[in-house]
Amino acid sequence: MRLRSGVFAAGCLLVQGLGVGLFLRGFFPLPVRSLPRRENRGGQPAEPPPGPGVTSNWTKIPSPLFKKVVIVLIDALRDDFVFGSKGKQFMPYTTQLVEKGTCHSFIAEAKPPTVTMPRIKALMTGSIPGFIDVIMNLNSPALLEDNLILQAKTAGKRIIFYGDDTWVKLFPKHFMEYDGTTSFFVSDYTEVDDNVTRHLDTILKREDWDILILHYLGLDHIGHLTGPNSPLVGPKLYEMDNILKKIHTSLLLKEGEASLPNLLIVCGDHGMSETGSHGGSSEEEVHTPLLFISSAFEKRNSPLKHPELMQQTDIAATLAIGLGLPISRNSVGNIIFSVIERKTMREQLRFLHLNGFQLSRLLQENMPTYEKDPGFEHFKVAEKSHGNWIKLYLEGNNSEILLNLGKKVLKQYLEALKLLSSSLSKQVAQYDVYSMTVGTVIVLEVLLLLLLSMPKALSSRAEFEIPLSPPLFSLLFYLMCLMLCAVHVIVCTSAESSCYFCNISWLMAVGVMMLISALMCVILSTFGKMLENPKLPAKNPVVSNSSWSELDVLILAGTIGHVVSLGASSFIEEEHQTWYFLINTLCLALCQEICRNYFLVKECDPQITAVKPNFEDTEETAQSRNVDIPLCDSKLGKVTSSDEFIKGSEKWMALASPWIILICCRLLRSLNQTGIQWAHRPDFGHWLTSSEHKAVLSLLAAISLVMIFILVQRRCSLVSKIAMAFGLLGVYSYRAAIGNVVFPWQQDSKDISKGIIEARFVYVFVLGIIFTGVKDLLKSQVISADCRAKRIGLWEVYSGLVLLAALLFRPHNLPVLVFSLLIQTIMTRCIWKPLKLDAAQITIMHYWFGQAFFYFQGNSNSIATVDVSAGFVGLDNYAEIPAIFLTGFATYAGPLLWAIHLLCYLSSEVSRSSAAMGHGCFCYALICSIPVTVYIILVTALRYHLFIWSVFSPKLLYEGVRVFITAAVCMSFTAMDQNQAQKIQD
Amino acid sequence: MKDSEIKRLLSAHIFCVFSIILTTVVPSLFLENFSVLGTHLTWLCICSICVTIVNIILYIIFKPNPSSKRISFAHKVTRFLKCCVYFFISCILFHGIIVLYGAPLIESVLETFLFAVLLSTFTTLQCLCMLGPNIQAWIRVFSKNGAMSIWDNSLQITTMCSIVGAWLGAFPIPLDWDRPWQIWPISCSLGATFGYVAGLIIAPLWIYWNRKKLTYKSR
Ligand SMILES: [Zn+2]
Ligand SMILES: [Zn+2]
Repeated sequence: MRLRSGVFAAGCLLVQGLGVGLFLRGFFPLPVRSLPRRENRGGQPAEPPPGPGVTSNWTKIPSPLFKKVVIVLIDALRDDFVFGSKGKQFMPYTTQLVEKGTCHSFIAEAKPPTVTMPRIKALMTGSIPGFIDVIMNLNSPALLEDNLILQAKTAGKRIIFYGDDTWVKLFPKHFMEYDGTTSFFVSDYTEVDDNVTRHLDTILKREDWDILILHYLGLDHIGHLTGPNSPLVGPKLYEMDNILKKIHTSLLLKEGEASLPNLLIVCGDHGMSETGSHGGSSEEEVHTPLLFISSAFEKRNSPLKHPELMQQTDIAATLAIGLGLPISRNSVGNIIFSVIERKTMREQLRFLHLNGFQLSRLLQENMPTYEKDPGFEHFKVAEKSHGNWIKLYLEGNNSEILLNLGKKVLKQYLEALKLLSSSLSKQVAQYDVYSMTVGTVIVLEVLLLLLLSMPKALSSRAEFEIPLSPPLFSLLFYLMCLMLCAVHVIVCTSAESSCYFCNISWLMAVGVMMLISALMCVILSTFGKMLENPKLPAKNPVVSNSSWSELDVLILAGTIGHVVSLGASSFIEEEHQTWYFLINTLCLALCQEICRNYFLVKECDPQITAVKPNFEDTEETAQSRNVDIPLCDSKLGKVTSSDEFIKGSEKWMALASPWIILICCRLLRSLNQTGIQWAHRPDFGHWLTSSEHKAVLSLLAAISLVMIFILVQRRCSLVSKIAMAFGLLGVYSYRAAIGNVVFPWQQDSKDISKGIIEARFVYVFVLGIIFTGVKDLLKSQVISADCRAKRIGLWEVYSGLVLLAALLFRPHNLPVLVFSLLIQTIMTRCIWKPLKLDAAQITIMHYWFGQAFFYFQGNSNSIATVDVSAGFVGLDNYAEIPAIFLTGFATYAGPLLWAIHLLCYLSSEVSRSSAAMGHGCFCYALICSIPVTVYIILVTALRYHLFIWSVFSPKLLYEGVRVFITAAVCMSFTAMDQNQAQKIQD
Repeated sequence: MKDSEIKRLLSAHIFCVFSIILTTVVPSLFLENFSVLGTHLTWLCICSICVTIVNIILYIIFKPNPSSKRISFAHKVTRFLKCCVYFFISCILFHGIIVLYGAPLIESVLETFLFAVLLSTFTTLQCLCMLGPNIQAWIRVFSKNGAMSIWDNSLQITTMCSIVGAWLGAFPIPLDWDRPWQIWPISCSLGATFGYVAGLIIAPLWIYWNRKKLTYKSR
């Protein structure tokens, strides 16, 4: 089968996308789950038997400790907001309770990902949700596993909920009354909380409820908007403090003499990083305060020592005991002992036994070798001595011995619980190795195929023969198919844990197997062909130059170095540093190349340009240059002054341009401090977003928008120029409407709206410009008009995307867009034209700059830096598909814009070299698939690394998404190339 | 003749290497608490000064590119001043490039500048000694096939090695090992020094190895 490089690369990437998808599905494991047991559902154990044949008289679940429970969940409440100086200043009532009230205070540690939905699940089920929950966060389905709310409802408790509607989605039929507020309008931080508080007065007067859950979102929104140190945080905390005071006093009033005490729980779902976001695993993000307030507790009279560290999953178990409910089956938490410390010894032991029994049962179901687990052994020992204690107790022994024995059993139980829950938490990482292997094999095979076909694909024709039919009819292919299917059957029938690849339909599985063996056979036959005639007719132009230039060495070293660096967690956290370093070096290498070009070989230029491009020019140019250089040496010093004069300005421009690019990059680097290690350093972006510098930000945004217009308009048609101008005006008014920037005439801050009209106004222009561009492209294709129409069409599509990016970027990030356009212009005008680099080199440079701009715009390899607010620009309420599309575009805007610019550039270069487009597409596919493949293998090897969840998994997600985006880019390349190829044939 | 040249080159380079090794040991006899990592800035100063002195002495002894003309004293002075200016410019240039690479602009200016000085001593100073303040000669030496003597070749190699060493020295900085040598600019300056020493050792060996292939055009 004859294929052009571009088509081939796009096809390869699509197959690779399949492989990556399969790998991702296998890599993100499902969390620890108990087996569905119908026979003894809810079967709660009795007290351990005091002796053989004797049973204790306590067989039922112990009665509740509290009458009414109020859970106040304040989103993104960090521990220092309560226990730190902010708490002392803004939460006086809570501080007083913590210091001298009937209150137990802890720091609850949340497990990453510190995102709201997995945290709610952790709070209510006591289990540790898998990483996959992050992706599911946007459309949370109902929670099906055993949880506290479900238990409470079956026990007849009446539950009322107000707050974040994630809860309503998780527990759709569980609440007696509810009012959910959407959490996605990050810019709103008063109304979301007023929606909760307005119910409070009536509900506190009523008696017909048992559990009240309030989830306040305002603090989280303030964090996302302005960070933890913003002046808005204090008043919000004060508001929360007043609410807590109101609830606490009314709970105290409700308590009668005879009835049980009430309980108020204050907690946060996750913390907040220094930049105000969350999702990662830094200490600020995982440490949340946890307060148990009830008159059942002893009044604290000693000053508060530092609060004890607890796990967030402990809350579910404690609450279950407190409400007299069975502990949820998947819970890995321990009872918080101080809550039950005022009960009698027998009750305390009973609670701990229940908790230990549940944990050890979960362990049995999830670990084949549970009997050797130290936690399990400890628990068995403790259970036995518990039995002895009960025997003594029932005998009526009331002496010191009983007390001491009880204390000993207690200690044993606590130890066992700790061990059990730690070994359960470790179990969370269970990988579906089979799916991962299949995915890896596909990805590896595609990469091998790309690498093997590189010499031919980068030849001047950019077209080559794929040996498809001989391998497909060979015996080897059928044998491999049969063998793989057999392996599939064996693996799937013997697998203990559930495996995704086994669960898909047989037809699909066989299809994948055939794909794998076909790829393998194609690789083998390509390899065989290469061995047959080692003298390849056309080599890779990069290699074919007799000696490698410094630029080639740098590109190769940079690619290899980056790929190798992916093995270290610090280099992943600080990947932006790698890219900044590489593009800086690239600029210096370009500078050196330009110097050489202008100072040493300048006389050769006429000759090189004299070689008019034809369809096989790459080699000829290279050869002619090689021939020319010695000639030039002899002519040294015979330069005519007129030549010099004409080229003078161009020369100095070219010489200065790498330095200008370097300075631009340095400025951008200080705009957004990203990564982990130095993320807390002050950066220009934070300075701009703080409320005092609104005027500066407005000025900067205005200048940036004007610059964008100047840089983009020069190659547009008149209509799209006007549309662009209106669109950019719309962007500014959108930002003014939502309160990010101000108009000069608008002195007092008017009330903030969601800016829906303004944003939609811009969308109209974006669509209009892209539509005009596509129309031009189609016209150039159908009527096969001149190349110019096509170039303009492409540029219009590009400018439409620039306008969309301008709308979605935060105002302080607009300079990133400006500099991106500026650098692209400089590079096109002053560097690539005179240096006459080939398409492969230009593609790789575009890719490097795209990567660097991904980080310049403030992204990092952690989930926390994804700017979700971009998904809600101009949307009235949450719509899933547009939101995902907009967020994805805003996140990957840097690489995407550079890739599209590459497309524009190469299509204008087609006159110079017809194969440029194919080469570009192939190189782009190759340079993207190398890191993905290597990273997949690395991650598989490092899957038990300590940082696998916090560092490696988010990066894996980013890489996975990048593969799909690259596939899309390559498809558009191919579409353009197709167009071109047809024209050549005409 | 060539072998004797190579021997001269080797001895000069070994002298340089020893002087660098001495800078790490000797100052601790005079200064309290001296260590390369602990008082890095002091070491940077000492090392730069020492390498400068050694290079100038070597230049006076060996005179690698002897000029036939007699030079007047005034001409010598202007030449020397020119060299100083060039050296200073190169320090500033290196400082600028380091800042462009991401070094902080305002804080730790001194560290950055001393590192730039060290890099200049390893690269520019040698060029100044060997070639003089003559930009045309520099461009000739650093272009392909531009070397005219083994001294030019060794100059190419040591300069390249120092810069590549400094470049590679930046890699450990993002690692979270919390080692004392990860502090800016220690890893980079150590990298440059190791690169320089490696270049000094490699250059004679490489020239010796390729002595058959190396043919120099006469001026
Ligand atoms: Zn949250
Ligand atoms: Zn949030």
